Amino acid sequence: MTGAGKLLPDSEEAAAAMVAEAAGIKRTLAIEGGGSKSNIGRPMFADNTISSANYSGISHYDPAEMVISAKAGTSVKLIESELANKGQRLAFEPMDYRNILGSDGEPTIGAVAAINNSGPHRIVAGAARDSLLGVRFVNGRGEIITNGGRVMKNVTGLDLVKLLAGSWGTLGFLTEVTFKVLPAPETQATLLLLGLDDDESIRAMAQAMAGPDQISGVAHVPELASQSLLDCGAATALRIEGFAESVSYRLGRLRSRFKDSAAIEVLDEKATRRLWIDLRDVKPFAGKATNVWRVSMKPSQAAKFVMAIRMEAAADAYYDWQGGLVWLSIEGPDPQDQLIRNELTKHGGGHATLVRADEQVRLLVPVFQPEQEPVKLLSQRIKHAFDPSGVFNPGRMAA
Amino acid sequence: MSEIAFLEPDKSIIARRDEIGEELRRLLPDDCVVTAERELVPFETDGFTAYRRVPLAVVLPETTAQLSRVMRYLAHEGIPVVPRGAGTSLSGGAIPQEDAVVVGVSKMSRILEIDLPNRFARVQAGVTNLAISDAVDGDGFFYPPDPSSQLACTIGGNIAMNSGGAHCLKYGVTTNNLLGAKMVLFDGTVIDVGGAAMDAPGYDLLGLLCGSEGQLGIITEATVRLIAKPAGARPVLFGFENGEAAGACVADIIGAGIIPVAIEYMDKPAIEICEAFANAGYPLDVEALLIVEVEGSEAEMDAMLERIVAIAKKHNVKTVRESQSATEAALIWKGRKSAFGATGRIADYICMDGTVPLGQLAHVLSETSKIVARYGLRVANVFHAGDGNMHPLILYDVNDADEARKAELAGADILKLCVDAGGCLTGEHGVGIEKRDLMLHQYSEADLGQQMAVRHAFDPDWMLNPSKVFPLESRGLNSKAA
Repeated sequence: MTGAGKLLPDSEEAAAAMVAEAAGIKRTLAIEGGGSKSNIGRPMFADNTISSANYSGISHYDPAEMVISAKAGTSVKLIESELANKGQRLAFEPMDYRNILGSDGEPTIGAVAAINNSGPHRIVAGAARDSLLGVRFVNGRGEIITNGGRVMKNVTGLDLVKLLAGSWGTLGFLTEVTFKVLPAPETQATLLLLGLDDDESIRAMAQAMAGPDQISGVAHVPELASQSLLDCGAATALRIEGFAESVSYRLGRLRSRFKDSAAIEVLDEKATRRLWIDLRDVKPFAGKATNVWRVSMKPSQAAKFVMAIRMEAAADAYYDWQGGLVWLSIEGPDPQDQLIRNELTKHGGGHATLVRADEQVRLLVPVFQPEQEPVKLLSQRIKHAFDPSGVFNPGRMAA
Repeated sequence: MSEIAFLEPDKSIIARRDEIGEELRRLLPDDCVVTAERELVPFETDGFTAYRRVPLAVVLPETTAQLSRVMRYLAHEGIPVVPRGAGTSLSGGAIPQEDAVVVGVSKMSRILEIDLPNRFARVQAGVTNLAISDAVDGDGFFYPPDPSSQLACTIGGNIAMNSGGAHCLKYGVTTNNLLGAKMVLFDGTVIDVGGAAMDAPGYDLLGLLCGSEGQLGIITEATVRLIAKPAGARPVLFGFENGEAAGACVADIIGAGIIPVAIEYMDKPAIEICEAFANAGYPLDVEALLIVEVEGSEAEMDAMLERIVAIAKKHNVKTVRESQSATEAALIWKGRKSAFGATGRIADYICMDGTVPLGQLAHVLSETSKIVARYGLRVANVFHAGDGNMHPLILYDVNDADEARKAELAGADILKLCVDAGGCLTGEHGVGIEKRDLMLHQYSEADLGQQMAVRHAFDPDWMLNPSKVFPLESRGLNSKAA
């Protein structure tokens, strides 16, 4: 990074003026919240950094409305603790990337929106973008823009909220975000099916999700990946949340349904919390130097896909979202992007993001799934509609 | 009546009517093109019947490839296009204009793929909302969004309007249940967005498409999420002595950490209208009614209802009636889902769709009554209380021009009230033409400018549904037509 000191606006107006100035003199800005995820994506060479660090605080929270609004620089930690005090939570279980990136800094709520950060609960509760009701941001012309609001149903005009979610700071500098929140469950438990191989677990997870048990997390950890999480070898985890009487009822029903398929163990509330935080934060691959991929795909193909990768590369993997999310760890200098994306195409399609790799690798390899031509063109036009002079996060998503 | 303006039709296009019809017949099978004036009349309006415009022609393509050819031709000739699902829009989203070709998706009505292990269905855009759930019902699955028009409305229209329904409190609206779409752009380019995976790469085009009201492209195929049906579901009626008690009860249920599948609210006029039509057994001696639906096993529902009933008692609930059978449950929902139709039997009405924060419900209800009374009209309220999506039905006589004008003015006042209370103009019906000229009450010029810039990225010459959503006077350089 070159140029003057970091820009730290303390108001929307100040942020708008800074962006307008940068656009006027054709300078580029990298967008930062707490800085914990600066090592994801294509490395950027921006002229300066604009940070939301000095623009924080919860601006509106009424538990009975199930909605929270906060300035973009507010820490996720503060949001989660305020919600917990009122018996609520963010439905989509945002991941803390610091474990696998080995980074520090305090993750912000603005970044949760900007990268559409969603964890295990996503399979039933939707992604961050599904809970994101409204945004305020500064576009590349230095205008302050509002879209969406703080109500759960809203079809007033184009839904720019969705575009901002997951745009990795390439469309605007978020200043305020509003999320729908949900009651935290009274209790939770996890049913573990022990010793299934990957193929068997994929079938078991689909079977579990086809039933009426309202499972709120469904993951499979093969034996190797399991070593850092559980002491029982390969495990297929089914999480149940809710009122105590309902949780025990559903556990009983699941137990009888799977009693002939595998040995069963049940984790209590505390162990359940621990396990799903570890799964969420990709603990099996934390503290290592491997390349880590996040692969989103058709659940039924996941085990076959992983097997195909294992035949060609030193890979380790585990499955979340019934197999719809594969966390893949690849040893060695080659991140195997071509192998992974080719096999993905052969196994029903999807997309692969290189979450952890050396800077040199991320410069050479497309970190995000390359888009097909007509969609790529649309994406460029959308970028231009928000940021005509290309101020924000140059080249972070694509070269 | 204070007329909502359409764009001035292009006379040079209308003058070429015959030639355009001929070319469309060359591009499509004969039975896919409608040009005879009498046959065009059914397409002149949608569920917002106060406005009518007979289109130049209607095309009903059978495949994406056919539609792509038609769009390429229409773009080349500069002819506006108005997409149409089943024509049930309540905001005028599908009302044509005289110089436009309507593209209907009704002939694309096949279910292409049902994949239960991966829990999705891939369907053509003209498949009706209910047909998806019907196709997987026997396997224990359903497609969650359930707009009242679900028997008729198409998935293509649902995406264009981001349709909701009574059960979206728990399961979300269309945007939360859509995995992928195939779409034809203004110039005939075909793109695929998303697919069977839970999320898609790049910018969230799928999210942008939902609720874009046919301005970004025409959807021909959708991949939607299927959900396993709960073990059981049970609606319960709660009658209250006044609306405030019912409103406070809603807030307390949610405050207690309980999210039922649905919480529907009806005031006395709505109860009477629906009961007279459906004989659903609604209590007639109460001022406000809540239909609360819980789901799960019998034991789970009992346990949850015990908690809900305890809360309702704190608000002096007068009547509590649990449905005792599937038939009774269906009847309770029939009453609610026929609210609009039943109201239409006793009066003409316009249906508002503002959404407000839950804490504002009681305030907005009482202000709504005052507004309507000020115009000397009557109102029936029936709406999705759990998510604050209000549907005041303003009753009037369509043959009385003065009443009709007053109804529109009262409606506009109510929507402004919703926005001022921290809500929005439309929760699930869309802007269409109906709320177009109120957009500046909710958004600034810059906000709308940003939305129009995105629209421009998809449709640079504003050929798709050009009279809708954005106030004509705010378009400036964004629309060559304005």
